[in-house]
Amino acid sequence: MIQDWLSLLGSPNLRWVLLGTMFLGMASGIVGSFVLLRKESLVGEAMSHAALPGVCLGFLVAGRELPALMTGAAVFGLISLWGIRVIHRHSKLKQDTAIGLILSVFFGLGIVLLTMITNSPAGNKSGLDSYIFGQAASMVPSDVWMMSSIAILVTAAALLFFKEWKLVIFDPLFAGGLGWKTKTLNSVLSLSIVLIVTAGIQAVGIILMSALIITPAIAARYWTDRLGVMVILASVIGAFSGVTGTLISAVDGGIPTGPVVVLTATVIFFLSFLFAPKRGKLAQVLAHRQFRRRWKKQQALKALGSVPGTAASKYESWQKALGAKNNEAKKLWNWLKKNRYFM
Amino acid sequence: MTYEGWIIITGVLAGASCSIIGVLLVLRQTAMISDAISHTVILGLVSAFLLTGTLDSFTMLIGAAVAGLLTTIVIQLLKNSGVQSDAAIGVTFTAFFALGVFLISRYAGNVHLDVNHALMGNIAFVPFQTVTLFGVSIPQAFLFVSIVLLLNVAVITLLYKEWKLSTFDPALAVSLGIPAVFLHYLLMTMTSVTAVSSFDSVGAVLVVAFMIVPAASAYLWTRKLSFMFLYSVVFSAAACFSGYYAAKWLNVSISGSMAVMTGVIFLISFLFAGENGVITRSVRQKQHRNREWNRQPAFAPADGKREL
Repeated sequence: MIQDWLSLLGSPNLRWVLLGTMFLGMASGIVGSFVLLRKESLVGEAMSHAALPGVCLGFLVAGRELPALMTGAAVFGLISLWGIRVIHRHSKLKQDTAIGLILSVFFGLGIVLLTMITNSPAGNKSGLDSYIFGQAASMVPSDVWMMSSIAILVTAAALLFFKEWKLVIFDPLFAGGLGWKTKTLNSVLSLSIVLIVTAGIQAVGIILMSALIITPAIAARYWTDRLGVMVILASVIGAFSGVTGTLISAVDGGIPTGPVVVLTATVIFFLSFLFAPKRGKLAQVLAHRQFRRRWKKQQALKALGSVPGTAASKYESWQKALGAKNNEAKKLWNWLKKNRYFM
Repeated sequence: MTYEGWIIITGVLAGASCSIIGVLLVLRQTAMISDAISHTVILGLVSAFLLTGTLDSFTMLIGAAVAGLLTTIVIQLLKNSGVQSDAAIGVTFTAFFALGVFLISRYAGNVHLDVNHALMGNIAFVPFQTVTLFGVSIPQAFLFVSIVLLLNVAVITLLYKEWKLSTFDPALAVSLGIPAVFLHYLLMTMTSVTAVSSFDSVGAVLVVAFMIVPAASAYLWTRKLSFMFLYSVVFSAAACFSGYYAAKWLNVSISGSMAVMTGVIFLISFLFAGENGVITRSVRQKQHRNREWNRQPAFAPADGKREL
């Protein structure tokens, strides 16, 4: 097993792909943090599904050229984003309905176009199927270049606009009051989502690309309350998932990359959900128990104060005043004794 | 019945059962749950196959329904422990879907368990898989879909008042003693059973389209719940007919083209629906403005100029 991995790491193509998915995971973790805090996690889902008709149209227009496919995906990503905004703004429908609507209709359109391509003479070898689940191992260096450069571009944008996006997300009115162009800033953020979704669909696939945006960010959210730390954590988690997923799917050729990347990220999310300090489930349960114990001790003291008479003969009436069961009462009584609350 | 007839009627029934559930989902702002369930159905299918080793439809149905319910429960658990709602949905279904695809490609690669099939459905093959009932040979998918439709109609009509109240005024419903939590999980169960029964014939994508889009279109046309149910069923049936013939004409995927047709119906509703359509609204506003403008003022200035 380990030898397999080592020999794989020796292959130059895989090293390229690993670097690419690392950058992709990093960038999508960063963008995802902002998207999560803007409460628009599922917009990425609609956008990535809407990329399918774009990819197909790109193929119909220019053949299997990556720039054409990516342009199509980006254009349809923008259209879907615009559609969601328009539906949300100009009708009484809620945002989640608008997202589901755009997502299903555009994906249906994508399937129509996909069958159109498959039925055409050139269609059998189109390989567009791999866009649905992603196959990072099939990427060639030029694909990797494109993906990495988009990812780095988006990361740079996030670093550049960090302060601005932070304020626009947490206090849009104040940002507007400062004279900032909140609309432009929001559009730049949306554009970065579109770009990162477009870059990722070849490696991770249309259906699971949204997970790479949501999951690292929500996992990072458990560990901190500071945006800067959250962005860094999310990018590390994203990069780690990307690399692990690519490695596993490269070792076992039959498994598409997307699911493994997402499963890795989900495992990290689950561990964070359970074990993160303060916000994690375990920490919360422990804090709750500690609180209960302290509260019981307070009750025991109160009951002691309310009972008249000397200490040794007090137990019965004390227990009655406290209203606790025998076992528990005895424990509390011993605690009181140990701490010399009575003689 | 003819080959075409079976396809269309199966589509219409699947559309009807999805869209009446969809009305409740859209009104209760849980539309994306249907998307989540339609994705996790895959995990249910694979687990059912890996556990029992058969590809029997009934086993698959149960596996998928369990997976759907599990999804809604996990989403609810995450929400209750403080994860924001959209992220809870996003994390859960992508994880389940990824697990499903992983299991398929790892352990069931050589079996006829096609992810593409589950996603896009294969309504063109519906008439070929038949069962004999009372001496009549009818397609299996048709049977499943009509049973689920009857079930949905029964549950909704029997609890109509309760659904209405708990949808529009949850606080009042709870204070009157209507079991809101039970209704929530009942709706989730119905969503998952409906998605599962329909996706085998029409595919996961069309299930989402049928659940959300006709209901959203109907919402723009009416303010009465009963009419919303009616309109959404009519819209989904219209999408079935037009989608089927469009697909036949262009020689493309039937379920994909039906999904696109629901989108076309929504677009028409969005632009022209009575009081909510974007175009009709602006036309009416213009008319109103003109009327106000042309109305003879009570005290017309002598020079004929009018103040704004």
